[in-house]
Amino acid sequence: MNKFYLSSLLAVFVLALIAWAGGPALPWLFGIVLPYAAVILFVVGVIRKVMGWSRSAVPFAIPTTGGQQRSMPWINQNKIDNPSTKFGVFIRMALEILTFRSLFRNTRIKMTEEGRFSYNLELFLWIGALAFHYAFLATLVRHLRFFLEPVPLCIKAIETIDSFFRFEISYDAIQFGLPGVYISGIVLFAAVSYLFLRRLLISKVRYISLAQDYFPLFLIMGIAFTGILMRYFTKVEIAAIKDLTMSLVTFKALAFNVPQGIGPLFYIHLILVCTLLAYFPFSKLMHMGGIFLSPTRNMTANTREVRHVNPWNYPVKVHTYEAYENEFREKMIEAGLPVDKMPDESTAEEEKE
Amino acid sequence: MNDKKWIVLGLAVFLVLFLSPFLYNVLIKGAKAAPMPEVVLTEKAKAAKQCVMPTEFMRANHMQLLDEWRLKVVRSGLRDFTNAEGKTFNMSLSNTCLDCHSNKADFCDRCHNYASVAPYCWDCHIQNPQGETK
Amino acid sequence: MADETPKPSELLSNIDYRPPAKQWMDVPVNIRKGMYCYAANPKSVEYLGLPNARAWNPTDEDWKLPENWQQILHEGFKERLEKFRSIKVFMDICVRCGACADKCHFFIGTGDPKNMPVLRAELLRSVYRNDFTLMGKLLGRFAGARPMTIDVLKEWWYYLFQCTECRRCSLYCPYGIDTAEITMFGRELINLLGLNIDWIATPVANCYRTGNHLGIQPHAFKDMIDFFVDDIEEITGVRMEPNFNKKGADILFITPSGDVFADPGTYTCMGYLMLFHFLKEKYGLDVTWSTYASEGGNFGSFTSHEVMKRLNAKMYLEARRLGVKWILGGECGHMWRVINQYMDTMNGPADFLEVPVNPITGTRFENAASTKMVHIAEFTADLIKHGKLDLKPERNDNKILTFHDSCNPARGMGMFDEPRYVIQNVANHFYDMPANTIREQTFCCGSGSGLNAGENMEERMAGGLPRANAVKYVHEKHGVNMLACVCAIDRAALPTSMAYWVPEVQVTGMTELVANALVLPGEQERTTDLRGEPLPGMEEADE
Repeated sequence: MNKFYLSSLLAVFVLALIAWAGGPALPWLFGIVLPYAAVILFVVGVIRKVMGWSRSAVPFAIPTTGGQQRSMPWINQNKIDNPSTKFGVFIRMALEILTFRSLFRNTRIKMTEEGRFSYNLELFLWIGALAFHYAFLATLVRHLRFFLEPVPLCIKAIETIDSFFRFEISYDAIQFGLPGVYISGIVLFAAVSYLFLRRLLISKVRYISLAQDYFPLFLIMGIAFTGILMRYFTKVEIAAIKDLTMSLVTFKALAFNVPQGIGPLFYIHLILVCTLLAYFPFSKLMHMGGIFLSPTRNMTANTREVRHVNPWNYPVKVHTYEAYENEFREKMIEAGLPVDKMPDESTAEEEKE
Repeated sequence: MNDKKWIVLGLAVFLVLFLSPFLYNVLIKGAKAAPMPEVVLTEKAKAAKQCVMPTEFMRANHMQLLDEWRLKVVRSGLRDFTNAEGKTFNMSLSNTCLDCHSNKADFCDRCHNYASVAPYCWDCHIQNPQGETK
Repeated sequence: MADETPKPSELLSNIDYRPPAKQWMDVPVNIRKGMYCYAANPKSVEYLGLPNARAWNPTDEDWKLPENWQQILHEGFKERLEKFRSIKVFMDICVRCGACADKCHFFIGTGDPKNMPVLRAELLRSVYRNDFTLMGKLLGRFAGARPMTIDVLKEWWYYLFQCTECRRCSLYCPYGIDTAEITMFGRELINLLGLNIDWIATPVANCYRTGNHLGIQPHAFKDMIDFFVDDIEEITGVRMEPNFNKKGADILFITPSGDVFADPGTYTCMGYLMLFHFLKEKYGLDVTWSTYASEGGNFGSFTSHEVMKRLNAKMYLEARRLGVKWILGGECGHMWRVINQYMDTMNGPADFLEVPVNPITGTRFENAASTKMVHIAEFTADLIKHGKLDLKPERNDNKILTFHDSCNPARGMGMFDEPRYVIQNVANHFYDMPANTIREQTFCCGSGSGLNAGENMEERMAGGLPRANAVKYVHEKHGVNMLACVCAIDRAALPTSMAYWVPEVQVTGMTELVANALVLPGEQERTTDLRGEPLPGMEEADE
């Protein structure tokens, strides 16, 4: 059924092919114009998207309350999941953003033959997502070595930690492990593969997946794969690449000849990264910004304590007590219910009008 | 809306982080170029004209070659490496590589520092075997 | 109707979680009998002045839509994207991770993949992408976009009324995407085309006119309460005189009209009367009912934000007119979602009221300082904590209880411990259901958000399955025979659901239990509970 993931895969292959053929032939276009264009698209796109969100109103305070509310002092409030203070919201958001706390609740339903249901903790998605995002972050941060000269100590420290586990294969047939293996790259590739496989193999998730769910996964898979390839297998001249990246970030690139000796593999890596950057603001990847703005998480759950103001609150037609009593006055009096106006007064008044 | 300033602030922080390589290099470093360092060849290296393999290959793959050398020497006790031109070399970092490239600081380190690479060669090998023996 | 509803075993064996082979956009909607509610009566829509009132039938080919219906929807969508950041963000950021998929009671009970919250939202998102995003315009189907067609509209309608706005999915979503918000928004849109269901539209019209969903006029409302007063006198020997529309009372009490109308809510209603009588006799607390604001619930919230506000306005208007100090709210689910998260914003500030203080205990309800409305469970828990009620919990000894957290007080408020504290103080046998089915993870009764009609019984029973299944578990394990709740829709919906899935279990409100245990000043020896069932140890005396 899945033309969605095939088309995404094909798109990534075509991109790779373009870079493979075009990169060495047109280094100026692929090495300089493309990255600048991608960064500009990313920055402008992200600003436009986030500012677009910020322009929309937040009319009501609608936090999802995931724990005991603040009520009487002798009842234990869940200050994180039902935060009544700004600080509580801060903690809730921090846990949400840094540890994906809501995913940590994930359960999987099981139905037995007799029609009994159970809901068991299911943490694979949480683990996969955490591994993916943090490995990506680590990979990004250590790439700063290509953009800073001299390379600061903190980046070197991260590299040291990342390559802490020395992992080498040394046989005649295969020599692997030099330069030192970064665990983040391996984890990134493994996690992104897991995220792809669960989309493919879990029928429910496959059913909801769209081409735009597979495409970024393939992009990132391609980025991680070419990165690993360049580092450990078909080596590229790393100094020449840093020469290029440094000239990009110091804006020396426009009057600059892309150094020779940068293999086509690097251009494939680069075009996939650039595509990811340019695609980012127009896709679901904006969840990175959106998570901060989700009103069900970032609002204080003190909604009965402090009035939230709706900027577009407008007066509405209501059925006033007066109109109500006018309609039912006779019946109310008959039933012994108090009324504001006795019939003679009100009819007198109506006559006046 | 009163949260707009927070959104703008958050967005600004993110963009500063994202663009930090540009900002750092332009604003703090004054957009100073940082080209690939020149490696210094010793007289002996210049005289040899070519390393054990072509320069292009060596620039990208020297670590892989050294790794293979190490395997052959340490595991199989082999010592000779013959390149495509049929020239044979002793597979030895200290005695072959550092014989020509005796200037580690100006040859090895320059690029390694530039690319932030910390090879563990020197965990075992001394850096200047010639100097030591003399 | 009942005979057409599949038997429990049939319903269970029909559940198939394997999605169809075709991509979901290619699976046409099938508006199936038993799974949808009848269209709104045009008179009700018209009475409220809402657009496009007409007679139409969901199963007809032609829905008699206005000519420019696509334009109406597009513009309505656009307007709301600016008005609700929630919608704009939720439309953009879903990654379709699938964490919400099996959290929905309708998905669990039907296996229909479009009841996965993510797909329910995708029904709208696909149109959003087509109309409002660059990618959707460029890549169409490959960006998950599709144009708005009559079939899409029918699909929206069908599945927007297979969501009870319970927010369970929102709890598990890593971005807090709230399907309740999306459903509210979607229903608001289709209401622009006059596509409400009658089980919502007519109660709304009733409520607008008479003050309550059931259309009970003031004299009848008083009659019905008086009827309870007679019943209570019979059981307890105490005659009480509730106040109606009384100016200058201490507290205005508002509860869903469902409790005045149908069993077993009526017993809860009797409970309120007895509690207020007790407090009046013992401590001089003066509580009044209102016939004008005689509805706590708010079916307007299932229609649109504007209608929600129009119905809700009566609470503050009446409190101001009567000059009470603050408002006490009865047991109801969505009523409390509205009060807790919307009322103050919509119709406040309530600066004519005082910060609620329980005059009997001196407790200041800081958490209601601005809204000035307190939940009866909070109020009763406070009374019990201070030892102000005379209770004989052993009168409830023949009831083995569990507690159903209603979705709205759970995930739109966070009221978990107050009702449990009350129940455990007025009854001796209490067992919670399994952890993943209660508190913030609670399941909906299956009939919330206006879906408690008769014609959609299969839908309701399917939606009620997860809750009933958990009840069945404690019934088998602990012999639970009574399901307590703090929601009038629960009291209307759960008895049917229990009769269908776990016939041995009955449904009760919290305050009914309180009233059973409450010792009224000067009462005779009671032999029965409020339902007329013999009290424990009185089985003989009854005969």
